Amino acid sequence: MSASGLVMNLRAIWARAYVRVVGANRELSWLFFDTFLPLLGTSAYVFIYKAMKAPPEFTGFVILGGAMTAYWLNVLWNMASQFYWEKEQGQLQLFLISPTSPMVILLGMALGGMFMTTIRAGSILILGSLIFRVQFTVQQPLLLALLFFLALAALYGLGMLFASLFMLYGREAWHLSNLLQEPVYLLSGLYFPVRGLGFWVAAAASVIPLTLGLDGIRQLAFGGAGWGFLAPEYELALLAFLSIVFIYFARRALRFMEELAKREGRLTLRWQ
Amino acid sequence: MHPAIEVVKLKRLFRKKQARRSWRTVVALEEIDLEIQEGELFGVLGPNGAGKTTLIKILATLLLPTSGQAFVDGIDVVKDPRAVRRRINMVSGGEHSGYGILTVRETLWMFSQFYGVPGKVARERINELLRVVGLEEEANTRISRLSTGMRQKMNFARGFVSDPKIVFLDEPTLGLDVGAARDARNFIKSWVKDRPGKTVLLTTHYMTEAEELCDRVAIIDRGKILACDTPENLKRRVKKDSIFHLEVAGLDSWEGLHEIAGVKQLVSTPRDGFTELKFILDHEDVLPQLLGKITERGSRVLYMRKTEPTLEDVFIELVGRSLEVDTAER
Repeated sequence: MSASGLVMNLRAIWARAYVRVVGANRELSWLFFDTFLPLLGTSAYVFIYKAMKAPPEFTGFVILGGAMTAYWLNVLWNMASQFYWEKEQGQLQLFLISPTSPMVILLGMALGGMFMTTIRAGSILILGSLIFRVQFTVQQPLLLALLFFLALAALYGLGMLFASLFMLYGREAWHLSNLLQEPVYLLSGLYFPVRGLGFWVAAAASVIPLTLGLDGIRQLAFGGAGWGFLAPEYELALLAFLSIVFIYFARRALRFMEELAKREGRLTLRWQ
Repeated sequence: MHPAIEVVKLKRLFRKKQARRSWRTVVALEEIDLEIQEGELFGVLGPNGAGKTTLIKILATLLLPTSGQAFVDGIDVVKDPRAVRRRINMVSGGEHSGYGILTVRETLWMFSQFYGVPGKVARERINELLRVVGLEEEANTRISRLSTGMRQKMNFARGFVSDPKIVFLDEPTLGLDVGAARDARNFIKSWVKDRPGKTVLLTTHYMTEAEELCDRVAIIDRGKILACDTPENLKRRVKKDSIFHLEVAGLDSWEGLHEIAGVKQLVSTPRDGFTELKFILDHEDVLPQLLGKITERGSRVLYMRKTEPTLEDVFIELVGRSLEVDTAER
């Protein structure tokens, strides 16, 4: 890539991220919808664990799970199905006729989404931890930070892969997002240690980056005595692998889908 | 030197689903040839479904042709779409660009960044475009709060924010009020005139727009280019004919009027309480016979005038129906 191409792509990434970084925080209603409401749902699990007299770290697991749910919802609804919405609005074609690669647009969406969601997830984490007096015993903060960022990279890589697949489809994309939302709550162990699902189910569920990310973060934030799925170092390596795989296939899929959609005349077809 | 746009035997077919497992092939473009020179303001005129948007989508690298070739600034749109995209921009009438949460200025800036326009240049260009389209006062208004017309003005500005070499305008004045449409047309004219080397391909079904703006016009219908020339030369095709415009009350049927010797074309448009008829006659001598036939049926001629040929008449002569009726029917 030439220097001017690189500069153009960086400008495009920032421009597309700007919508989420600045624009999405303009309406403060998000404080209620994206922080208070998810916290209510998370609280239900906290009370269940308290009623069951589960070890105190389980409260922390649930709060962490609640915070990470924000990322999953963002990936599902603001990454995966975003190109579908852009197409419905007639905006996708404006992205595609620009010299910027659609992958760059997706990257901008991902970075903007990560920033926006980190504010929401951070708010849930801070509020939840204060309300339920969660005690963190962070060991290896560097590893924890690395694991968190790789989990996000893999998760948004998956979102980019979905986005390229969804670009071609109409309502099916919407239904698929609906279909994926709840099962992932279960399979990724958002509200309980994933090891509880058994090794093979947990191994299969590890294709969802949330599973490994959350398991590793919990182990490093609360000490992983007996309930961690894999050692955090292994989870880190697997997440790095997943990030590369998802981003690579997202790029391939995007090219393939764009060509297919151009051939079939579905790139600009609305109201499918 | 290569033409700004060149189209060689361009064909595009679409498969349309009719029933379960039943498909119909629709010809959107049928082996058309076209050459547009740098600096030209070229119009493609035709009814809805004629193939205008398909042509623009192929040239804008959004659609692949079934066969044939298309070149923009000498670059094959199929082989090197990225290089084509560096040179073009597009405005479609009635499009919805941008995000409601961003302001007009931010939206234009966002799109300028997709073309790598440096910040300072983008700011100056945006200010200029906002002034031209009359949106200076709304520059910091969120686009969710804009009226449809204002939004269309912003879309229009968006198409020029990258200062493209070639711009595709697909029904750009659709949805604009009379004043805004006039401003948009003036801007298009001056944009091409003041900047040597810029080319505009405009599709429209407004005759006056094509006539007022375009250096040359291609008349397209059902995927075929029926004629391509300057508006003056096109009108010359019907100059020797006599064109009459009639408003007739109580006309139930115009059967038989076609058969009168010397009537080349007849187009009728039902209006509220009367029928509007447009005749293209070989010569004026046919008129008394024609009026006789109309009054014989008990119809009353409310209004009649002889008109100068327009592109609409050229379209009627070529296609055998009015563009207005055709567009309304589809």
